[in-house]
Parts: sequence; structure tokens; C-alpha cells
Amino acid sequence: MSTPTTTATPATGIPRRGLLRRLLGHPLGGVSMIVLAVIVVVGVIAPWIAPHDPTETSLSMIFAEPGGEYLLGGDSAGRDIWSRLLIATAFSLAGGLLVMAVASLVGVTAGLVAGYYGGFVDAVGAWFTALTMSLPSIIVLIAARAVIGPSMWWTMAIFGLFISPVYYRVVYTSVRGVRNELYVDAARTSGLGDGRIIGRHVLLAVRAPVILLMSGVIAAGIGMQAGFDFLGLGDPTIPTWGQMLNEGFYNITRSSTLVMWPALALGITTVALTLLGTALRDELEGTSERRRSRKAPAWSLDEEVPAVVDHGGEDGAQPLLEVRDLAVAYQAGDGYSTVVKGGRLTVRRGETHGLIGESGSGKTQTAFSVLGLLPKGGKVMAGSIVFDGQELTGLTDAQMNRLRGTRIAYVPQEPMSNLDPSFTVGHQLTEPLVKAAGLSRTEAKERALALLDRVGIPDPQRAFGSYPHQLSGGMAQRVLIAGAVASHPDLLIADEPTTALDVTVQAEVLDLLRDLQDELGMAILIVTHNFGVVADICDRVSVMQQGVMVETGATGDVFDDPRHPYTRALFEAIPKGAPRVPLAGVTSAGMLGTGTLK
Amino acid sequence: MLSFVGKRLATGVGLIVTLAVLTFFFLQLGNSDTAQRIAGQQAGPDAVAVVEERLGLDRPAIVQFFDWAGSALTGDLGRSWFSGQEVTEAVTTRMSVTVTLAVGSVLLTALLGITLGALAATRRGWLDRTVQVLAVIGQAIPGFLLAMALVLVFAIELDWFPATGYTRFSESPSEWLLSIALPVIALTLGSIGGVAQQVRGAMIDAFERDYVRTLRSRGLPRGSVVYQHVLRNAAGPALTVLGLQFVILLGGAVIVEQLFSIPGLGPLALASTSQGDIPVVMGIVVVTGVIVVVVNTLVDVIQAWVNPKVRVS
Repeated sequence: MSTPTTTATPATGIPRRGLLRRLLGHPLGGVSMIVLAVIVVVGVIAPWIAPHDPTETSLSMIFAEPGGEYLLGGDSAGRDIWSRLLIATAFSLAGGLLVMAVASLVGVTAGLVAGYYGGFVDAVGAWFTALTMSLPSIIVLIAARAVIGPSMWWTMAIFGLFISPVYYRVVYTSVRGVRNELYVDAARTSGLGDGRIIGRHVLLAVRAPVILLMSGVIAAGIGMQAGFDFLGLGDPTIPTWGQMLNEGFYNITRSSTLVMWPALALGITTVALTLLGTALRDELEGTSERRRSRKAPAWSLDEEVPAVVDHGGEDGAQPLLEVRDLAVAYQAGDGYSTVVKGGRLTVRRGETHGLIGESGSGKTQTAFSVLGLLPKGGKVMAGSIVFDGQELTGLTDAQMNRLRGTRIAYVPQEPMSNLDPSFTVGHQLTEPLVKAAGLSRTEAKERALALLDRVGIPDPQRAFGSYPHQLSGGMAQRVLIAGAVASHPDLLIADEPTTALDVTVQAEVLDLLRDLQDELGMAILIVTHNFGVVADICDRVSVMQQGVMVETGATGDVFDDPRHPYTRALFEAIPKGAPRVPLAGVTSAGMLGTGTLK
Repeated sequence: MLSFVGKRLATGVGLIVTLAVLTFFFLQLGNSDTAQRIAGQQAGPDAVAVVEERLGLDRPAIVQFFDWAGSALTGDLGRSWFSGQEVTEAVTTRMSVTVTLAVGSVLLTALLGITLGALAATRRGWLDRTVQVLAVIGQAIPGFLLAMALVLVFAIELDWFPATGYTRFSESPSEWLLSIALPVIALTLGSIGGVAQQVRGAMIDAFERDYVRTLRSRGLPRGSVVYQHVLRNAAGPALTVLGLQFVILLGGAVIVEQLFSIPGLGPLALASTSQGDIPVVMGIVVVTGVIVVVVNTLVDVIQAWVNPKVRVS
């Protein structure tokens, strides 16, 4: 494999060095590679080390005991089993390789052309793929034998053609993905021909999936050849494992070892190939189990967390939510990636608190920690989260469930992906009310309909029976807000509730949140990267940078006098004179960055 | 929804027509001395010509094809050149046995594969690793090798099951069950791991969906979300895999039938191929194609019906 010289290596590309070494280090990969190496060597030198002609029959050696002139004994025609086994190894490997060669040549070529140019080849490819899926391959091979006779090479070539869609689909999908990448566009604009582009950029992207398929396709070829020959359809002049299995199986009462040798050879080869495929996938896709040691590594916070710039202004009210020195980490390789290091947050009863920072600053992770719903692999490593006097860290899932949905609620960022596409809106609203809040079905339905009406959905009855895909983004977000406030929570955690919405809808949703807060008296923790949102509805704001809370205070104080360099940088990044989120009915919209607020 | 079903059926019919045309003309390539073989190697040119005329082989291939297609549309797939048996009858009788094996295996695979996959996804740990190992072994070892091992152990050594032969359900349901037990288990062993792995993957994927977090944020217990929402959303991928498995199992059945001497499609296919009995080969290919297309269309329709995006529009 030549080392690519192009600068643009797609993320899915194969690491340039050391794949072989890493495979050998992989517990399954190493063993299977060694086993396969032995099998290949045996196959290659078989003609020279086979002590007898594998087709030579000898009357005196029929079912001969092992150990005599024939190392493993003789078969029903008096042929040397050991010699046949050796030569069959060569033919099996050759057959498997032929299948792989034909399948990859046809599949990759067609996939590249169809994926890159589309059009006619694309249509033919899709049709051929559908055709191959409408018939078991063995039926095709049996039918083909009626025409071509018992030829192992032709049979394997046809099988290769028949399974070429495996390559075709993978290559096609990858090429489609790469085709519109910027670096391919750039190459095209710079005058590179299509051939060069496919060769240099596109091929790179499909290398990994094509290599991944290799061992599986060879194994399929060897298995198919064995099955085909087991049926007695193979070329009788070529000894194969399939023929030997047939021989052994139908003479099982005469000699029980006859079937054992080819079965072992076939089984070991296909298992080794499959394990190699698994190891390849692990190493290429980075999902190696080996890297995840059984015992979790020790975690420690290896850096000083700077003190938070606090504008003060505490009025002595008891906080509803108090987060102290929160640390959240994800296990990565042999260590941890710590995404929240100094999470500190105080949300008072009834207030709207903005949690602001750029993406990756840990604000959403902080919010998920409060909910006890960190994504897979994430863990609260240190710190405390106190909600209404109760420590939340260390609570079991069942204990958290008593709080979630009754006292703490959540409005997500992306409305569409947060509704289950397979259930109606009504079902998703009433299910928690019945199961978690203990309402009856009719009560739950009444409450849900009233809520839908309250959040401004024009025809609640119809929305109740709708599926998520029938709603607009703004409607879906209203449904999610309805679901969140259904149980009259004390704290509503809203994660970028307007980011995914149209600008006009954003203002309406913020208005709705503000009105609901007035009615229900709940506190809102609103996670956002938008100072406009903070300016509009937040009483207090906390700024996060790289997992650390850097500044906190009343919104006006922080806006007037940002003290932390990061907060100042955030303000400076806002274009001067940019309008704030336009709010319907709000006249004093003001201008951001000019320093005047309220 | 109706237009969806219509579209799927039209594609299916197109596939079968393509299949028939390709197979027919491909088989013509090896059809040069069939009349001679039917008449016998000693037969003179006159005798061969009589056979050719009787079978209609003296006409151009395209005429033969439309002649075949015309009667095929009425359900008549012609007669075997060698035995004179009606192809439609021969193929459907034997196909019913093969389909019994394939359907039995698919059902068993679905039951065990989905259960194992769901358990592996929710429990993880040792169960998860067992399912993964099972999947690799099932994928790696050719089905007929497993079948052979089963016969050697359970039929020949232990004598729990009949080693060969097939009893019709109408003759004796209990013996029928015994006669298909080993073949079905052999076929199922090969496919169960793959299905379990797919279900496991689809469920783990569904776990990470945003709506699962949102539902849990409303206080729904994990178990309730898993069994109602995650499983429901993993049903689509699982169904697709089972559809694909059906085709693979149908192919596997052909070999396993030979091994167990079950009078299914496999032995018929083998006999007709070695003789060059084109009407029978055509019949097998087309009927198999029709069954697979029907199953695939059915899977697509169920799939669409489960998915409200297709159903409600």
C-alpha cells in the first residue's frame, strides 16, 4: 500500500502506519493472522509437500488406517487423505481469493462510477443489487452449472459477481458522501481531471470499508465452494474440502475420521477469517475492546480551577438549585476527558438563570448532570448538586425518577429529534402523566389537551392525534414545552430551546416560557450561546468557558461590567449594533454591545 | 399507503420479469446438445430432429421464450424434458417443504435472535459477550457444517432424531416435527447470531436517541422506555434483517435438504441441473424469485405500516 501524499485525508481513512502491527497486538487479530499465515503457507507449498497424487486411487488403501503409507489414512477410493487435504487447501484459498477479486473489482468499479457520476450506472447498479437479493446465490450457482458445467473457477467467478453488490453499496455510499466534500470541489476547480480525483481523493475514502469487507467475502467464498462441492456439483478432478466432506459424511459408518479433517480445516479457516474481520473492524473503527480495560482508571482533576468572578447581589433567598465544584468526565482510552471541571451554579426559586458559553464549554453537560441524564460514558466525578435541600449526586435512577418529570423538567434543543417518531403526540404527553405522575388516562388526556391549548397550539384535538413528522419545528417545540410543564415543576431546564427554530418563532417561544414562568412560579435554567436570549429573559447569568464557571451575576451587572476576559471576549465577538432577538410586542428591543440594558 | 404498496409490487414484477429473461437466455447458452441427450447418444439426426420438434427447440429462442412466458402467466411452467412431469406441480410441492424449513427457521431466529439481542443491549456484560461470540461463530461456520455436526451427534450418536427423511405433516404431526427439527435448528444456529447482533446494535443506537432522554426527563422509568419506545423503534431494522435472512435461509435449506435427504427444492434443483432440464431449472428460479419478492414486499409493507411517516400521508 503506497503512502498517500495528498494533504486532505478524510477522517474515515486508515491510519497510515502500524495497522499490521496493531492487528498482531489485537488478541483475536494476532491469533487469526498467525493461523491464516500457516494456512496460506500450507496452501502455497502444498504441491511440493504432498506425498501422493491427490487423485491417485489405490485398491489396497481403501479406508486405510492412518499412520501407514498414508499419514491420515485412505478414503473410500483409496486416495491419500493428507495429500488431498493439502491440495484442497490451495484450491479453497484460490477460490476464496477469486471470489474476493471479482466481487471487489466489479463492486468497487461500479460503486465508484455510480457514486461519482450517478445516472445510468447508478440505475443499473441499484437494479442489479435488487436482483441479487431476490434469489439465494446457491440457486443461481446451481442454475449456472447447467450451462457451464462443473467448473470451480467459473462457479467462484459467478459467485463473486453475485455478491459484488456488497462492495458496490459500501463504495457507493462512501463516494456519495465524499463527492460533495469541499476538498473534492477544490480539486475540481483547480483543474484536476475526474480520473485523478477519483484516484487520489475518492479512493482514499473507500479504502477502509473495502479492506473491512475483504476477509468476510473470502470466508463466504470458501464456505460457498465447500457447500457447492458438498452437494457433488464440483469438478471431480479437483480435490476440495467440500468433496472430502461429502465423501466423509456418506461414509460415516465406515470411518468416522474421514469427515473430521476437512471439517476442521474448513471451520478453522472460516473462523480465523471472520475473527480477522472483527479485529480489523475494531482497529479501523477504534472500537477495540482491548483499550477499554475492565477496571475504570483512576480519575483526578489535574489542574487548578480558577475562582469565579462573582458580581454578588445575593439577596439571602434560599437557592433552589446549588451546584458546587461539579466535575463531569468521559472515559476515553486509558484515561478520562474531563468536560466540566468547575461547575458552579446557583439558581434561586422563581428566577430565570442563563448559562452561557460557546459550544463545548460544558454548559449542556452541567444541565444533564442536574437531570441525571448524562449521555453514555459520562459520569459525575466530583462536586455536589443540591436541589431544594436534597443532594442529587449519588441518587439511584429510581430516586431520580421521582424528581424528574414532577419537580425538575427539561426542554430540549432540537424539537424534532426529541419526539419519538413512532408514537403520537398525545401518547408521548399522557404516558408520563399516567406512569410517573399517577393520573388516570382520562385525566391525563384532559390535562394534555389543556396544555396544548395553553402553549398556543391552534387545534389541540388534532395535534393530540398527530405524529411528530406532521408538526412544524415551532409546533414540536411547543409540544415539548407542554410536556415539560405538564407536572408543574419547580425547575425547568431548557437547553438552547430556541436555537433550532426560525427567528420569528424564537421570540414567540421565549415569550411563552416567560408567561409560563409567571403563571407557575417555576425557576428556569436556560442554556444558551446567545446573549440576546440572556438579555431578554434572564434575571441572572453564569458564563462558562472550557468546563469552568468563570463569571456570574445579575444580567445587568454582567452586561454593564464584564470582568472576566472571556466574558469580555464574548461581548466583543458580537457585531456592534446587531439587533437582539426581535420580540413581538416588546418596544425597547435595544441594541447589543452598546452597553445599555433595561 | 396504497400507492406505496402498488409501487413495491410493480418493482417486484419488474424484478421477476428480468429474472426470467436473464435466466432463460443464459440457459440457452448451454442448450446446444439437449435434444441429442434426450434422444440418446446413439440416436441419428432424424430422431434428434423429432425430439427438437416435439419440445419446440427448433424455433428461435425468442419465440420459445414468449411461448414459455405466455403459459407461465397462466400458471403453467411446462413439462420436464426428461421425466415429463408438470413443472408447476413438481416445483410447488417441493417448494412447500423448503419454505416450511425456511419459515420455521426465520420464526425461531426471530424469537431467539430478538430476545438475545434485546437482552444483550440492555444487560450488557457477559450476556453481551456471549451473543457477540455466537454471532461470529454463526457467521463464520458454514451452515451445512453445523448441520452435519448435528446429524452426527444427535441423530447418529444419540439417536434422538431421524438422521434422514421427511414425514409429511398430514401423515403424522409429531414425526413431521421430529423430521424437521434438526434441519431447522441447523439453519437457525447460523442466522441467530447475526440477527441478535443487529437487534443489539439497533437498540443501543435507539438508546442514544434524543427522545429517549426527553422521555426519561419526564420521569419514565428506564424499563418502560426500553420496552415501549426503544424496542418499537428497533423493530424496523430487525424486520429488514429478518427479510434478508429469509433469502439466506432459503439458500441454506437447499444444501441442508440434501444432507438430510428431505424432498425439497434442493434435490430437484440438483437433478434438473445435471440433466440440463431447462423447464425445471426455469421453474425453480422463477418460483423462488416470486417467493422472495413476495416476502420482501411484505416486509416493506409491514415496515411502512409500522412507520407512521409512510402510513399517515
